[in-house]
Amino acid sequence: MTPDTAGDWQPVAKLDVLRLRARLLERIRAFFTARAVLEVETPVFSSAAATDPALLSFTTHYSGPLFPRGHNFFCHTSPEFPMKRLLAAGSGSIYQICKVFRNGESGRLHNPEFTLLEWYRVGFDHRQLMDEAITLVTEILAGHRMLASPEKLTYREAFERYCGIDPHAADYQTLADAVLRHAIQIDLDTQHQNPDVLRDLLLTHVIEARLGCGQITALYDYPVSQAALARISTGNPPVAERFELYLDGIELANGFHELTDAAEQQRRFEHDQARRKATGLPVVPADERLLSALRAGLPESAGVALGFDRLVMLAVGAKNLREVMAFPADCA
Amino acid sequence: MATYSTNDFKAGLKVMIDGSPGAVVENEFVKPGKGQAFNRVKIRNLKTGRIIERTFKSGDTLEAADVVDVEMQFLYNDGEFFHFMNPASFEQFGADKTAVGDTAKWLKEQDLCTITLWNGVPLSVEPPHTVTLKIVETDPGVRGDTSGGGGKPATLETGAVVRVPLFIQNGEMIKCNTRTGEYISRA
Repeated sequence: MTPDTAGDWQPVAKLDVLRLRARLLERIRAFFTARAVLEVETPVFSSAAATDPALLSFTTHYSGPLFPRGHNFFCHTSPEFPMKRLLAAGSGSIYQICKVFRNGESGRLHNPEFTLLEWYRVGFDHRQLMDEAITLVTEILAGHRMLASPEKLTYREAFERYCGIDPHAADYQTLADAVLRHAIQIDLDTQHQNPDVLRDLLLTHVIEARLGCGQITALYDYPVSQAALARISTGNPPVAERFELYLDGIELANGFHELTDAAEQQRRFEHDQARRKATGLPVVPADERLLSALRAGLPESAGVALGFDRLVMLAVGAKNLREVMAFPADCA
Repeated sequence: MATYSTNDFKAGLKVMIDGSPGAVVENEFVKPGKGQAFNRVKIRNLKTGRIIERTFKSGDTLEAADVVDVEMQFLYNDGEFFHFMNPASFEQFGADKTAVGDTAKWLKEQDLCTITLWNGVPLSVEPPHTVTLKIVETDPGVRGDTSGGGGKPATLETGAVVRVPLFIQNGEMIKCNTRTGEYISRA
């Protein structure tokens, strides 16, 4: 790709790929229509933001009627919170296809804005939704990719198989030794010994490349420290009821057996804010309306977000997200 | 000294790594959807030429390396240093044998080379892509043989040895590709 010039008006993705995008969107809508899952739309701009320290929201400013003295809005990083408000209001199972926005993310598999497919199934747990997500990916890619039968691995099994350690039991030193053993060259921060940074290192540098080779690999039951918005099981050790799907080593989807406990959700918001402060990130307004919705009662449900652009990449065998986007950020 | 964050890293950026100057070759952003973002970076050590792989947490920084490439004319070799002159400023620089390395065998007075300077000191020397040099030693030519098949070794005035066609004679000027070390044509 040539650097910015006045002449770079043409789309980066080939028109055939853009036509395929449209066909895959139709297939996705048909998939949910057949299952009586309702398509919904929720706002891009919100007064509250995702508190997750791994997510940076874009902000924008509104002034005019409604907010005569102006108001700051956050662009959503996923439609999760308002979709849960719909669930709590009795919507039943719902899905949404929308653009989401994440600041600071650009690379072979990242663009600051991208298309997310997010859906919630009332009455499902994360294992049931994981199966449905596998079915969806398999059906959407039918005719484009031949896939062997899917593989399901717990997070622990993946770490035992590819790193030789138990990720739940391992302490910081054991994880650091594994990082060293796999010749990952990084200067580790001895001040803040965060074991999740090391788990993420091993996952991204050692394990991911081995996931989803000619088949969908589902990774599930994450460390409780990586629960995000998932429930914690009561097993031994307890695990976060969370899953991810991989194909060709690419992370495609992330799902939860949704947390319905408002008090626990509030504690996680506070924990996120404390981590934001400790690492010098801005503290953002948490979504009080989500907490109200949880207090009113979120039905037992599971939800998952799937990167649609990455799905198109996998359908056409692209190596870079740019190949499936009409206008990636550098020529938008 | 200035610093660069992982966001600045792109091919060609000059940074200090393990006390040596380096050039970024590749920078890949990796991030689990719900976790820490990393940059997997390949950096060429400009002293050794070796490529090292290093991972940074996104946002981490490296010190900038004061490295510039300058076109300079080769003047002479005094046995210890190879002397070059910047034809724009007439400033002269002495490059030691480590900096010149294998390039020495292509260096002919007046030729324009690319000198990489680190903190104002020559770090490496790249010869012109093609050079025209005189053959000082080769077996007698075979008249009428223009097939070019086989060939024979020829020693050039600067010390390089290249394979030339059989019809090429001692004392002739030839053009060579310094990147491949191959004969191109008669000059």
